[in-house]
Amino acid sequence: MSDLEVRDVRVAFGDVVVLDGVSLHVASGETVALLGPSGSGKSTLLRVIAGIVAPDAGIVVVDGIDVTHVATHRRGVGMVFQDNQLFPHLSTLDNVTFGPKLAGASKDERNELGRMWLDRVGLAGFDNRSVTELSGGEAKRVALARTLAAQPSVVLLDEPLTGLDRELHDRLAIDLAELLKPITTLLVTHDRDEAAVVADRIVALADL
Amino acid sequence: MSERTSRRGVRSSRWVALGAAAALLVAASACSSDDDEDHGSESNDSVAVGQPPIAPPETTGGETITLVTYDSFPEADTSLNDALAAFADQTGIDVEILVAGDAGTMLSKASLTAGNPEGDVMWGVDNTLLSRAVTDGVFDPYVAAGILDGSVTIDDAFTSLVPNGEAAPVDYGDVCVNYDIGWFAERGLEPPTTLADLADPAYAGMLVVENPATSSPGLAFLLATIHEYGLEGWQAYWSALGANGVEVVESWTQAYYERFTWAGGPTPMVVSYGSSPPAEVIFADPPRNDSPTGVIEDTCFRQVEFAGVLRGTDSPDAARQLVDFLIGEEFQSELPLNLFVYPTNQAVDLPQEFVDFAVVPEVSRSLDPAVIDANRSIWIDEWTELVLG
Amino acid sequence: MNRLPRWLVAALAIVPVVALAVFYVWPFTTLVVEALSGTAIADTLGRPQTWEVVWFTLWQAVVSTAVTITVGLVPAYLVARFAFRGRSLLVGLLTATFVLPTVVMGAAFLALLPDSLDRTVWAVIGAHVAFNVAVVVRVVGSLWEHLPTDMEYAAATLGASRWHVVTRVSLPLVRPAITAAATIVFLFSFTSFGVIRILGAPGTRTIEVEVWRRATQLGDIGGATVLALLQLTLLAVVLTWSTIAQRTHSRALALRPVAPLRRARTRAERSFVSIAAWMTALIALVPLTALVVRSFSTPDGWSTNAWTNLGRTDVRPGLRVGIDPVDAIVNSLINAAWATLFAVVIGGVASLAITAAKRHGRLIDGGLMLPLGTSAVTIGLGMLITFDVAPVDWRASWWLVPVGHALVAVPFVVRVCVGVLRSVDPAMTDAAATLGAPPVRAWRATVVPYLWRPLGVGAALAAAISLGEFGATSFLSRSGGETLPIAIEQLLGRTGTTLQAQGYVLATMLAAVTVVLVVVIEQAQSSRDRAVGT
Repeated sequence: MSDLEVRDVRVAFGDVVVLDGVSLHVASGETVALLGPSGSGKSTLLRVIAGIVAPDAGIVVVDGIDVTHVATHRRGVGMVFQDNQLFPHLSTLDNVTFGPKLAGASKDERNELGRMWLDRVGLAGFDNRSVTELSGGEAKRVALARTLAAQPSVVLLDEPLTGLDRELHDRLAIDLAELLKPITTLLVTHDRDEAAVVADRIVALADL
Repeated sequence: MSERTSRRGVRSSRWVALGAAAALLVAASACSSDDDEDHGSESNDSVAVGQPPIAPPETTGGETITLVTYDSFPEADTSLNDALAAFADQTGIDVEILVAGDAGTMLSKASLTAGNPEGDVMWGVDNTLLSRAVTDGVFDPYVAAGILDGSVTIDDAFTSLVPNGEAAPVDYGDVCVNYDIGWFAERGLEPPTTLADLADPAYAGMLVVENPATSSPGLAFLLATIHEYGLEGWQAYWSALGANGVEVVESWTQAYYERFTWAGGPTPMVVSYGSSPPAEVIFADPPRNDSPTGVIEDTCFRQVEFAGVLRGTDSPDAARQLVDFLIGEEFQSELPLNLFVYPTNQAVDLPQEFVDFAVVPEVSRSLDPAVIDANRSIWIDEWTELVLG
Repeated sequence: MNRLPRWLVAALAIVPVVALAVFYVWPFTTLVVEALSGTAIADTLGRPQTWEVVWFTLWQAVVSTAVTITVGLVPAYLVARFAFRGRSLLVGLLTATFVLPTVVMGAAFLALLPDSLDRTVWAVIGAHVAFNVAVVVRVVGSLWEHLPTDMEYAAATLGASRWHVVTRVSLPLVRPAITAAATIVFLFSFTSFGVIRILGAPGTRTIEVEVWRRATQLGDIGGATVLALLQLTLLAVVLTWSTIAQRTHSRALALRPVAPLRRARTRAERSFVSIAAWMTALIALVPLTALVVRSFSTPDGWSTNAWTNLGRTDVRPGLRVGIDPVDAIVNSLINAAWATLFAVVIGGVASLAITAAKRHGRLIDGGLMLPLGTSAVTIGLGMLITFDVAPVDWRASWWLVPVGHALVAVPFVVRVCVGVLRSVDPAMTDAAATLGAPPVRAWRATVVPYLWRPLGVGAALAAAISLGEFGATSFLSRSGGETLPIAIEQLLGRTGTTLQAQGYVLATMLAAVTVVLVVVIEQAQSSRDRAVGT
């Protein structure tokens, strides 16, 4: 299992300092919810961890290894984007098996894996659906399945439940907590109730 | 040519096309309004009235006519141009020279503009292209006054080529391969003496010819080889020439003045004229009394050039007067030393350099104009495929 | 509704409809009707050379397209994703290259390449690629901009390397744009004329060049017509296929907002950006530089002779080559002035008609685009064989060449104007009407004033098109009336260095004028965009 550590991260875009001296530790298998108002730099912190934004100072450590200068695709950090970013040219199953395919899994292996993950997120039989026809809740589940199927050491979730209607939101929050239980997870949200349901521990960005 | 005649045949079909366009026009405008019927019928009317206009005879004096010619005709500053100025003095008609490319290109343009020509008189269609000019209706037939009244004598062999007076024979000469005497002497190489020699690997890469599609000496040389090797054999000969590195350019001026070693180019043999050697003596600087270039007599093909009134000219009278002048003694006597051709007017005395250095082969090749006409485009196509393709 | 009266709409529509019917539909129909002579079809299709020309046309177009797309995707990605110094300069440079007259690009490659490569198919393909890279950058780049950067990051977080991100996600998603760009490049290469007239040898002839050769050199109008129609048929097949292909793969990507540009952050990114930007700039700059250099070079070293003695084309005392460069400049300027006037009048009126007539407007719009789909050579040939009998024997008319140019330029003028006119808020006309203005006056006060600025842009475009037009002019210009592109082609076809240098001088001048016009157009366009606030 793997843990995640962020130490003294600073990010500035021009004159605007977005993150300054941010440090955070997520233990192996732990799910941490990061709370903060919108525009407070939560998403930027996730992007620093994923390697999308390079920090001006500080380091990111995954599983004891400093990955600050490692390219995104080699970090083993999975991320579910707020707007999912499903690949519109691929079927639902091909979206989910995107990671395994890159990892060199055979067609049978990865399809089996993909179907297993679709089943686990409650979308069994969605294999050949076009991702552009999925509902908001379905698309989120596919995005989650896609990230988990790539077997990352650490999973990052950016506002995973924002924009879903109340009933769907609550049901998915419970499912999420279940699915993420064994995985090292950092979840960003502005909703304290949601954080309480999904996460083992809640931290506020302002306190870091 | 068959395309042209068949085009005339289906000319009525173009009114079908016009009808279609007009119908579209009416339909399209009717969509937006019914106010525009006027216009639709107007354009139909203007077409229905159509009759070929007949140019009203014009009185001469103070007018300018245009002599369309090939690009080896001097535009200014020579005694030939002085002679044309004399014509202006005598008749009050100014002559402008319009260069329309090499003879083949010039004739193609004339064919496409037949009836609505770029000028009034055309100089320089030769016997290899004459039938095409006649079929395409380029010329308005006119027998020069001097020929009619017997004051100008021209060899029957030439006038018989234009039995209906389509154009007037103005000069003749031979298209022959020329070689740079000094260039061969320096290398201790004997210049070739026959057509067959030109394909000899000993002379590889030493010949530049003109494209027969665009150039009349180019076509004449092609005909010389057809004359030698026959309808079935010339292709093999040209394949051999091609393998021997023959160079092809578009026009005679380009071949002679830009590629021939004697004029500063890289190639020691060029398809030119039997009369090119005297030109080299006359233009020699410093003066010399022998020609630096020679002629391979076996390669010579007889070329007769014609001038005629262009059909559709606005000034037919002035144009005819110019044709009369072009075969007159005054102008004809300037031809040898300017265009390096023999005048057809038998009264003209040849200049001494011409007598001394011009080569008139004992037997010059020629082909029946009817055979040339029937096969010209096929031969050019085949040649293009063989040599350039 | 405050509709304009029908008479006004009709009066506006009549101008473009008549122009189109007389100068396009009629010649084109004549061409089709006359080609139906069985012997011409049988002769042409039965000749093995025809199929060799068709085969050459096809394969060089396919290779040109493939290379252009491959080369163009890198700058397309660069421009769509990265902010860097000189980015807009680079885009402008590529656009200028694309708008250069074909003979100028041909001349530039002739100047650039060593003699051994001059007249080969590789020179031709090189010129096609340099020409059309801008198409790929503009068409693919503008779709790529809409592709969310986060989608690429999402792929990276799933373990995709940069290469895999591009090949598995980005390229499949911009595929409709690639198909569209490939179609455009293919069309240009397939109907290539000016480039091949300068760079081609007799064995490297496109159908377009063969149409011209048969008609003007061999006088075989029937054969030329059959070839022109054969080309149109082949193009129709390709276009149909491309339309179907684009429809199948089209995704609603373009509906997403443009992803913001970013600066290169890592060292690898920075070196990618600078290498890609420089390579792209070189593709555009090197041929043009070669052109200028050759206009100053002689076998004896550098000289301004070709510039100062422009017009001296003697090969022997009194004997000239029959092309006067100075006359060609004058002819081109006069032609361009008239063509611009014609195009602006027809295009301006047409734009008003198109926006006013709504449904029928689309018909006029589509009709005016037709000449673009027909090759210029076909248009020239059609006009040549149609307007040669009284009372429409217009071959000698000074206005025939400018009208041919205007026909090609009108669609561009219309595109620029209609876009602006359509964006004029209809509510404004309504507002004016509620203030008591009758529909015609409301229209005159609120719509017409918006026409002037795009019309200025259209005029510059029309002038650039006319100055560089070569295909139709090859058929319509008469001896002594040669335009710049015609004179350039003839001078460069000569072997004498002084004549060639003069050809390069003319090509340099034409390139400079075109680039200036493009800059004017781009400036006017971008200041408009700023004004409208898009």
